[in-house]
Amino acid sequence: MSPIMYERLWEAFLDTLVMVGASGLIALVAGIPLAVLLVLTSPGGVLEAPRFNRIAGGIVNAFRATPFIVLLVALIPLTRLITGTTIGIWAAVVPLSISATPFFARIAEVSLREVEHGLIEAAQAMGCRRWHIVRHVLLPEALPGIIGGFTITLVSMIGASAMAGAVGAGGLGDLAIRYGYQRFDTTVMIAVIVVLIALVSLVQFAGDWWVRRLRAR
Amino acid sequence: MSAIDLTLGAKSYFVSPQAAAQRLPQAAPAGSTEPAHPAAGSVRFEGVGKTYHSSAGPVAALSGIELEIPAGSIFGIIGRSGAGKSSLLRTINRLERPTEGRVRVDGEDIAELDENGLVALRRRIGMIFQHFNLLSAKTVFDNVALPLRVAGVRESQVRQRVNELLELVGLNGKENTYPGRLSGGQKQRVGIARALVHHPEILLCDEATSALDPETTQSILALLRDINRQLGLTVVLITHEMGVIREICDQVLVLEQGQIAETGPVWAVFGEPRHDATRALLRPLEHDLPQDLLQRLLQQAPISGPYQRVLELVFTGQGRIEPDLDRIASLLGSRVRLLHGGVDRIQGHTHGRLLIATGPQGPAATELVQQQLCHHAKELGYVADHV
Repeated sequence: MSPIMYERLWEAFLDTLVMVGASGLIALVAGIPLAVLLVLTSPGGVLEAPRFNRIAGGIVNAFRATPFIVLLVALIPLTRLITGTTIGIWAAVVPLSISATPFFARIAEVSLREVEHGLIEAAQAMGCRRWHIVRHVLLPEALPGIIGGFTITLVSMIGASAMAGAVGAGGLGDLAIRYGYQRFDTTVMIAVIVVLIALVSLVQFAGDWWVRRLRAR
Repeated sequence: MSAIDLTLGAKSYFVSPQAAAQRLPQAAPAGSTEPAHPAAGSVRFEGVGKTYHSSAGPVAALSGIELEIPAGSIFGIIGRSGAGKSSLLRTINRLERPTEGRVRVDGEDIAELDENGLVALRRRIGMIFQHFNLLSAKTVFDNVALPLRVAGVRESQVRQRVNELLELVGLNGKENTYPGRLSGGQKQRVGIARALVHHPEILLCDEATSALDPETTQSILALLRDINRQLGLTVVLITHEMGVIREICDQVLVLEQGQIAETGPVWAVFGEPRHDATRALLRPLEHDLPQDLLQRLLQQAPISGPYQRVLELVFTGQGRIEPDLDRIASLLGSRVRLLHGGVDRIQGHTHGRLLIATGPQGPAATELVQQQLCHHAKELGYVADHV
């Protein structure tokens, strides 16, 4: 590979990091409250609201059902509204985070739901308000599961970001398509794959390590 | 310090004067028709019922519960599984809402409390659980501190109070341990410390010893009894083990299919159970006729050969009648052998059953009752030769 290719690879790597990092952060910040709301409002939850729960669940499912490449195109008007452009990294961050948030929310919801009901009852019995239950019981007790779920989300976002080339956002996937596939440059293809494998392994390893540390208590 | 030696912990435990003043029952307004407010820590059930709606139609978990739990007592609720014990206990801090009737804590109808009132009520009522329900992500210290922290208590006071309580339950030195590293008995001690942190006037125990081995059960029960004595708080516990009731309770309520089967002082209910459910629950503690005797027991005295009578003497704990072996033997007038049986002394009352073998002559069993040597006596039968 030529020095210029190394530079392209490095830039593509950074683009992927920024895209996945930014939308991962958004998914985290938006997904946890969404998951908490879904759990609290579900039947038997401490803030029971069946109608809200059904509507919110429906919206989440709708986004989860739409393939990312379709979402990427369908969300173009919204992307333009938010970022002022429809091409580039930041244009990819919008659909990426909108696709990752419901995905992550559902995974976090499962972890929150698995918190033993007895703990919530104990918290109520000691005079905790709903907010205290979320803050001191649900979130800390579900934390290992949430972190594990976020790891899965990040990994699948790294995969999804490969399609960001469709809106000219660059990134590793885009590089592999343009050079590896369209120009038959197998070396670049392999280099991208190796970098992706390393990146995914690193994310997965870090997530697993953190979960293990929390579970060891 | 031993876990149940409370002298050290109790000194500081005896509530600050302000806290004590808050708990004093308010005098009923003059001319009011309302009964005077009972002492802090009393619970009253007035026609309490709870009906669930399942797919198979309404299911009555509780019905027609009329009950008064006196302040400062240890009150046991026993029943088979599914009898409604848990539901009844949970109506006291409104974890469950009755569908009928009223629950009054210190005279106050708790159904009418708004969220703030309910939070305040729950801070006056501690609760411990069969499976401890400790937060696995928090240390022992943080578990005990949580009720104070959510109430906005200053951190310096939190530290002092939590340390007092860990000392009280005999867990000092474990502050920074996570619950996952504790034994069952230690976890329940953390649960007790957490339940007491707000100086409650009532402690609810939901099968608090059912997940513990017999030895740990004894130590937890001893701790509960000491807490009750030292702090004067009301303890309401549910269990399916009669042994627990016998060990520490003053009063017992037997619950059967959501209704009160019987209730009263423990010695009276144990001494003379009136309901089938009570008898069934007491059976493991009873001394029934052993199999080998049962097989040899004859309904009629044998026509020839030596034989002996087998008598059953029952002591219910009423009055001052206790097994006076000397007088029993001299009344029966011949050799008296103790075959089987046992007595328990509960709250100063002796109750139990004795099976004795005695000679064929001598007065009838009813004579023993007339002479006030036991409460009930009957001839179970005859055995040929020696038993």
